[in-house]
Amino acid sequence: MRSLARLWRRSIQARVVTSTIVLSTLVITLTGWALLRDVASGLADSRRSAAVSEARSGFDYAQSQLDAAVETDAATQSQALTQMVDSLTRSRGAKRTYELVLEGPLLTDDGQVPIRSSAAIEPGSLPDDLADTVRSSAGTYWRYSDLALLGAATSDPSVVVGSQVRAPGSGDTYALFYLFSLEDQQATLDLVRRALLLGGFAMVLMVGGVAWLVSRQVLDPVRLARRIAERYASGNLEQRMHVRGEDDIARLSTSFNQMAASLQSQIRRLENLSRLQQRFVSDVSHELRTPLTTVQMASEVLYASRERLDPQAARSAELLKVELDRFESLLSDLLDLSRFDAGAARLELDTIDLAQIARQAADDPLVARSGVTVRLVGADRPAIVEADIRRIDRIVRNLLANAVKYSGSDVIEIEVAQNTDSASFAVRDFGVGLSGDENLRVFDRFWRADPARAQGGTGLGLAISREDAALHGGTLQAWGRPGRGSEFILTIPKPEGSSKNPPLVSVFA
Amino acid sequence: MSYRRTKRDRVLVVDDDASLAEMLTIVLEGEGLTTAVCRSGDRVMAAFTQFKPDIVLLDLMLPGLDGMSVCRQIREKSEVPIIMLTAKSDTPDVVAGLEAGADDYITKPFKNTELVARLRARLRRTDQLAETLVFGDIVLDPAGHTVTRKGEPLELTPLEFDLLACLLGDPGQVFSRESLLQKVWGYHHPGDTKLVNVHMTRLRSKIEDDAENPEVIRTVRGVGYQAIRPGS
Repeated sequence: MRSLARLWRRSIQARVVTSTIVLSTLVITLTGWALLRDVASGLADSRRSAAVSEARSGFDYAQSQLDAAVETDAATQSQALTQMVDSLTRSRGAKRTYELVLEGPLLTDDGQVPIRSSAAIEPGSLPDDLADTVRSSAGTYWRYSDLALLGAATSDPSVVVGSQVRAPGSGDTYALFYLFSLEDQQATLDLVRRALLLGGFAMVLMVGGVAWLVSRQVLDPVRLARRIAERYASGNLEQRMHVRGEDDIARLSTSFNQMAASLQSQIRRLENLSRLQQRFVSDVSHELRTPLTTVQMASEVLYASRERLDPQAARSAELLKVELDRFESLLSDLLDLSRFDAGAARLELDTIDLAQIARQAADDPLVARSGVTVRLVGADRPAIVEADIRRIDRIVRNLLANAVKYSGSDVIEIEVAQNTDSASFAVRDFGVGLSGDENLRVFDRFWRADPARAQGGTGLGLAISREDAALHGGTLQAWGRPGRGSEFILTIPKPEGSSKNPPLVSVFA
Repeated sequence: MSYRRTKRDRVLVVDDDASLAEMLTIVLEGEGLTTAVCRSGDRVMAAFTQFKPDIVLLDLMLPGLDGMSVCRQIREKSEVPIIMLTAKSDTPDVVAGLEAGADDYITKPFKNTELVARLRARLRRTDQLAETLVFGDIVLDPAGHTVTRKGEPLELTPLEFDLLACLLGDPGQVFSRESLLQKVWGYHHPGDTKLVNVHMTRLRSKIEDDAENPEVIRTVRGVGYQAIRPGS
């Protein structure tokens, strides 16, 4: 059942064929029904008029017989009537197509109306209303009815024609009924109905088949287009549709090919651009790094011998060294960011344990120097992910440096947790906290919470960390309350998992 | 570990940048090393033959002949330690350099102390092994710095020798890549596992029958490497 529903949902062809069959069945049924009705009434009408005229001549004959009869004796009268019925039934043609019923005389002394008939006719065969009308008034009347003979299992449809005849001699009134069987017409009608049914069925099948063929003709190119589009989407940019003829499908193919070509050239252009950018970044990197190395080495030599310099030169050597270090980290941060922007950053995945990283972070010399206490939560249980250890290290160092330098908190909490989908690493402080939209702006490049408090650092650390997290398919998010503290949570998805459902929720959320 | 230096170690600096080359000589001479500078890739081999350095500092980007090719040329003639100077920390370049035969690399810009530490790490020799190690068909002689396999001498670089000695010295022990970096390269370089991976691959290609299915040094997935005594 579900596979049927799926077929209906997914296949236009199934829908087209099914609805075509349903609709054509409906139309054919309606026309068949109308046709059958017309044929039936036509057949019945012609038979009826023939029947009425044949009956009339019979009535005339019966009337003339009665007019001629002068007998008054009941027995002979009865015999004469029986003979009349016999002669009426015999009078016409080779095969009799009707039965005859004669009622009368209608008025007798004992109220019993004698009935004479040509065959053993079931009493109900004469419709009551017709019989009443004929008995009570003069004239010829007819009705459709069912004719059943005694002992017969089925009744045939028939037309019954009735009229009064009067015997002038005795003054008696008789009701004479002709019952014409419509058996032949019924047979014809059955034949027509069977033909219609069979023809209709065949027609529905054929229409269904035609719909299947036509829809295939239309859908095959569409399906081909879909397959080619899928291959195109999966990166095979050389895929093109085959154009044949000038019909709509050919025009669709042409348009598709044009779209594909234009997309391909756009993608090529962007790829080229990205390659150029990467090459530029790499060249700049090389060209800048070599002189920087020389300068830095020189500054270190100067710095090492600063005791032998005069105070101004010694201080200059110190400033030179400090600022060169800053320059170097700024350059390397900028290059890292440009690699992210150019999409050139690559992961080197290893199996790593975030809990172990948390334990190492607690022993970090940066933390020890700052005199901050680190509390570890959940770092005794492993939280294993596939990640680039150097990038994770960098994120953790950035978060720690951030908490140690800027929060003003003397306690930092590091919490590690994992679930089946991902593992999280949280760094929490209880210092100045974050206000307003600062939890989003901390990740902006060169953003600083308080420009006056800027001390060292490049202002790019968190921006890079967030890119590092994103490169893993993970997230780095910040929460905070002014004066209460702030929290950064890094979530790295496990293989086949996602970071949508992180195992840690911020205490400041 | 102790240093065994009977003479001033000789460093060949190969760099096209005049200032950097001069700065390098200033720093290295200050550390008590003897230096010579070569400014072009196609003259390296001549300088190498003439100067007979104990170690080569090699810039990857060179006019004439590029650093990788120079690296390969030196390796054809000598097992002398080579440290690459590279402005690119991008993995493919570094791995290509290591595969070309370099022992270690330093990314520009670097600190003088870091440079010296790495040079010293490559110049010092492992002496903690006093006696000859016999490990299946491999015989490692620490005194002569030679390794033979089935009687045939193996051409191992000093670094490969140290790596092998480290692993064979404590059979069965699993060494993490981190601890190998510490013990063999002589400095802590967090997570730089490609150094270990590249050299392990090269070492295996020399000592294993089938480097794809190593029998002497096994990989312990997710942890590191261990030496397995044959038949155990």
